[in-house]
Amino acid sequence: MLYLYDGALDVPEILKEWYEQEAKSNYGAYIPFVGTVRSEDNIEGLSFDIYEPILNSWFEAWQKKAEAKGAVIKMAHSRGDVMLHESSYIAAVFSPKRRVALEFIDEFVEDFKASAPIWKYDLKGGKRVYALDRSTAIKGSGILK
Amino acid sequence: MVRVEFLGPIQKEPLELEITNLNELAKILQEDESMKEWLENSAVAVNDTLVSSRDVVLKDGDRVALLPPVCGG
Repeated sequence: MLYLYDGALDVPEILKEWYEQEAKSNYGAYIPFVGTVRSEDNIEGLSFDIYEPILNSWFEAWQKKAEAKGAVIKMAHSRGDVMLHESSYIAAVFSPKRRVALEFIDEFVEDFKASAPIWKYDLKGGKRVYALDRSTAIKGSGILK
Repeated sequence: MVRVEFLGPIQKEPLELEITNLNELAKILQEDESMKEWLENSAVAVNDTLVSSRDVVLKDGDRVALLPPVCGG
Protein backbone atom coordinates (compact mmCIF):
# COMPACT_ATOMS: atom_id res chain seq x y z
CA MET A 1 0.00 0.00 0.00
CA LEU A 2 1.04 3.55 -0.79
CA TYR A 3 0.08 6.38 1.56
CA LEU A 4 0.55 10.09 0.81
CA TYR A 5 0.20 12.76 3.49
CA ASP A 6 0.22 16.55 3.52
CA GLY A 7 3.20 17.63 5.64
CA ALA A 8 5.34 15.55 8.02
CA LEU A 9 4.66 11.88 8.71
CA ASP A 10 3.49 10.70 12.12
CA VAL A 11 6.16 8.00 12.41
CA PRO A 12 5.00 6.13 15.55
CA GLU A 13 1.40 6.06 14.31
CA ILE A 14 2.28 4.81 10.81
CA LEU A 15 4.67 2.12 12.05
CA LYS A 16 2.07 0.98 14.56
CA GLU A 17 -0.71 0.95 11.96
CA TRP A 18 1.37 -1.14 9.55
CA TYR A 19 2.41 -3.49 12.33
CA GLU A 20 -1.21 -4.02 13.29
CA GLN A 21 -2.29 -4.54 9.65
CA GLU A 22 0.11 -7.47 9.31
CA ALA A 23 0.34 -8.75 12.88
CA LYS A 24 -1.62 -11.90 12.02
CA SER A 25 -0.33 -12.34 8.45
CA ASN A 26 2.36 -14.84 9.44
CA TYR A 27 5.28 -12.69 8.27
CA GLY A 28 8.48 -13.43 10.17
CA ALA A 29 10.12 -10.08 9.35
CA TYR A 30 9.01 -6.41 9.34
CA ILE A 31 11.80 -4.12 8.18
CA PRO A 32 11.01 -0.40 8.08
CA PHE A 33 13.18 2.42 6.77
CA VAL A 34 12.41 5.89 8.15
CA GLY A 35 13.85 8.95 6.40
CA THR A 36 14.32 12.05 8.54
CA VAL A 37 15.08 15.62 7.44
CA ARG A 38 18.55 16.52 8.70
CA SER A 39 19.97 19.94 9.47
CA GLU A 40 22.52 20.81 6.77
CA ASP A 41 23.42 23.81 4.57
CA ASN A 42 21.26 26.07 6.74
CA ILE A 43 18.00 24.64 5.43
CA GLU A 44 14.81 25.15 7.44
CA GLY A 45 13.28 22.01 6.00
CA LEU A 46 12.40 20.30 2.74
CA SER A 47 9.39 20.48 0.46
CA PHE A 48 8.07 17.90 -2.01
CA ASP A 49 6.00 17.76 -5.19
CA ILE A 50 4.59 14.39 -6.24
CA TYR A 51 3.15 13.26 -9.57
CA GLU A 52 0.72 10.63 -8.39
CA PRO A 53 -0.32 8.76 -11.58
CA ILE A 54 3.23 7.62 -12.36
CA LEU A 55 4.12 7.14 -8.69
CA ASN A 56 1.14 4.77 -8.38
CA SER A 57 2.13 2.67 -11.40
CA TRP A 58 5.79 2.57 -10.27
CA PHE A 59 4.69 1.39 -6.83
CA GLU A 60 2.30 -1.23 -8.24
CA ALA A 61 5.15 -2.73 -10.28
CA TRP A 62 7.22 -3.06 -7.09
CA GLN A 63 4.30 -4.53 -5.19
CA LYS A 64 4.03 -7.25 -7.86
CA LYS A 65 7.76 -8.01 -7.52
CA ALA A 66 7.30 -8.28 -3.76
CA GLU A 67 4.27 -10.55 -4.10
CA ALA A 68 6.31 -12.90 -6.30
CA LYS A 69 8.60 -13.37 -3.29
CA GLY A 70 5.77 -13.73 -0.81
CA ALA A 71 6.45 -10.25 0.56
CA VAL A 72 4.51 -7.01 0.85
CA ILE A 73 5.73 -3.39 0.58
CA LYS A 74 4.25 -0.35 2.27
CA MET A 75 5.34 3.21 1.66
CA ALA A 76 4.38 6.61 3.05
CA HIS A 77 5.55 9.98 1.70
CA SER A 78 4.90 13.63 2.42
CA ARG A 79 3.58 16.29 0.09
CA GLY A 80 4.53 19.90 0.75
CA ASP A 81 6.72 21.13 3.60
CA VAL A 82 8.53 18.95 6.16
CA MET A 83 10.68 20.69 8.75
CA LEU A 84 13.99 19.67 10.38
CA HIS A 85 13.98 16.40 12.33
CA GLU A 86 10.59 15.44 10.96
CA SER A 87 10.05 12.47 8.66
CA SER A 88 9.02 12.68 4.98
CA TYR A 89 9.45 9.04 3.99
CA ILE A 90 8.80 5.59 5.39
CA ALA A 91 9.14 2.34 3.48
CA ALA A 92 8.71 -1.13 4.93
CA VAL A 93 8.84 -4.70 3.73
CA PHE A 94 7.10 -7.63 5.37
CA SER A 95 8.24 -11.11 4.36
CA PRO A 96 8.14 -14.64 5.67
CA LYS A 97 11.93 -14.67 6.21
CA ARG A 98 14.32 -11.82 7.03
CA ARG A 99 16.72 -12.21 4.06
CA VAL A 100 14.09 -11.34 1.44
CA ALA A 101 12.96 -8.27 3.39
CA LEU A 102 16.51 -7.03 4.02
CA GLU A 103 17.45 -7.33 0.34
CA PHE A 104 14.14 -5.96 -0.88
CA ILE A 105 14.18 -2.82 1.24
CA ASP A 106 17.63 -1.97 -0.14
CA GLU A 107 16.64 -2.47 -3.80
CA PHE A 108 13.33 -0.73 -3.32
CA VAL A 109 14.72 2.40 -1.66
CA GLU A 110 17.51 2.71 -4.27
CA ASP A 111 15.02 2.52 -7.14
CA PHE A 112 12.71 4.91 -5.29
CA LYS A 113 15.51 7.49 -5.21
CA ALA A 114 16.25 7.03 -8.93
CA SER A 115 12.77 6.64 -10.39
CA ALA A 116 9.87 7.78 -8.21
CA PRO A 117 8.35 11.01 -9.62
CA ILE A 118 8.93 13.17 -6.56
CA TRP A 119 10.75 16.51 -6.57
CA LYS A 120 12.62 17.87 -3.57
CA TYR A 121 13.17 21.50 -2.67
CA ASP A 122 15.26 23.01 0.13
CA LEU A 123 13.40 25.53 2.29
CA LYS A 124 15.70 28.51 2.73
CA GLY A 125 14.62 31.97 3.84
CA GLY A 126 11.02 30.89 3.34
CA LYS A 127 11.70 30.04 -0.33
CA ARG A 128 11.62 26.69 -2.14
CA VAL A 129 14.90 25.97 -3.93
CA TYR A 130 14.90 22.94 -6.24
CA ALA A 131 17.57 20.46 -5.10
CA LEU A 132 18.91 19.77 -8.60
CA ASP A 133 22.39 18.70 -7.45
CA ARG A 134 20.92 15.91 -5.29
CA SER A 135 18.42 14.78 -7.91
CA THR A 136 18.71 11.95 -10.44
CA ALA A 137 17.54 12.06 -14.06
CA ILE A 138 15.01 9.27 -14.65
CA LYS A 139 16.32 6.47 -16.90
CA GLY A 140 15.68 7.40 -20.55
CA SER A 141 15.80 11.17 -19.94
CA GLY A 142 16.87 13.54 -22.69
CA ILE A 143 14.95 12.13 -25.67
CA LEU A 144 13.60 15.58 -26.61
CA LYS A 145 16.97 17.38 -26.56
CA MET B 1 -5.00 18.65 -29.47
CA VAL B 2 -2.23 17.19 -27.33
CA ARG B 3 -1.74 18.59 -23.84
CA VAL B 4 1.87 18.99 -22.69
CA GLU B 5 2.55 19.39 -18.96
CA PHE B 6 5.76 20.38 -17.21
CA LEU B 7 6.11 18.71 -13.83
CA GLY B 8 7.90 19.55 -10.58
CA PRO B 9 10.29 22.50 -10.75
CA ILE B 10 9.84 23.33 -14.46
CA GLN B 11 8.19 26.73 -14.33
CA LYS B 12 6.14 26.54 -17.51
CA GLU B 13 2.42 26.60 -18.10
CA PRO B 14 0.86 23.58 -19.90
CA LEU B 15 0.64 23.77 -23.70
CA GLU B 16 -2.14 22.60 -26.02
CA LEU B 17 -0.52 21.67 -29.34
CA GLU B 18 -1.59 20.29 -32.73
CA ILE B 19 1.17 17.70 -33.00
CA THR B 20 1.22 14.06 -34.11
CA ASN B 21 4.52 12.83 -32.70
CA LEU B 22 7.33 13.58 -30.24
CA ASN B 23 9.67 14.85 -32.98
CA GLU B 24 7.30 17.76 -33.55
CA LEU B 25 7.17 18.43 -29.81
CA ALA B 26 10.99 18.34 -29.59
CA LYS B 27 11.23 20.92 -32.37
CA ILE B 28 8.80 23.28 -30.65
CA LEU B 29 10.43 22.98 -27.23
CA GLN B 30 13.97 23.34 -28.62
CA GLU B 31 13.01 26.83 -29.79
CA ASP B 32 12.29 27.82 -26.17
CA GLU B 33 15.60 28.91 -24.58
CA SER B 34 14.21 28.41 -21.04
CA MET B 35 13.69 24.71 -21.83
CA LYS B 36 17.24 23.98 -22.99
CA GLU B 37 18.52 22.51 -19.71
CA TRP B 38 15.24 20.70 -18.97
CA LEU B 39 15.26 18.94 -22.34
CA GLU B 40 18.69 17.51 -21.50
CA ASN B 41 17.66 15.99 -18.17
CA SER B 42 13.91 15.36 -18.35
CA ALA B 43 12.12 12.09 -18.98
CA VAL B 44 8.94 11.96 -21.08
CA ALA B 45 5.65 10.24 -20.32
CA VAL B 46 2.77 9.77 -22.75
CA ASN B 47 -0.57 9.22 -21.02
CA ASP B 48 1.34 8.57 -17.76
CA THR B 49 3.63 5.89 -19.21
CA LEU B 50 7.34 6.69 -19.53
CA VAL B 51 8.68 6.38 -23.09
CA SER B 52 12.27 5.73 -24.09
CA SER B 53 12.30 7.01 -27.66
CA ARG B 54 10.61 9.61 -29.86
CA ASP B 55 8.94 6.88 -31.95
CA VAL B 56 5.53 7.50 -30.46
CA VAL B 57 2.47 8.51 -32.45
CA LEU B 58 0.30 11.10 -30.70
CA LYS B 59 -3.41 11.47 -31.25
CA ASP B 60 -6.07 13.95 -30.23
CA GLY B 61 -6.56 13.91 -26.45
CA ASP B 62 -3.16 12.43 -25.59
CA ARG B 63 -1.21 13.89 -22.68
CA VAL B 64 2.54 14.32 -22.61
CA ALA B 65 4.45 15.11 -19.41
CA LEU B 66 8.06 16.16 -18.89
CA LEU B 67 9.63 14.83 -15.69
CA PRO B 68 12.83 16.57 -14.53
CA PRO B 69 15.39 14.83 -12.23
CA VAL B 70 13.79 13.33 -9.12
CA CYS B 71 14.73 13.05 -5.47
CA GLY B 72 12.17 11.56 -3.13
CA GLY B 73 12.69 10.68 0.49
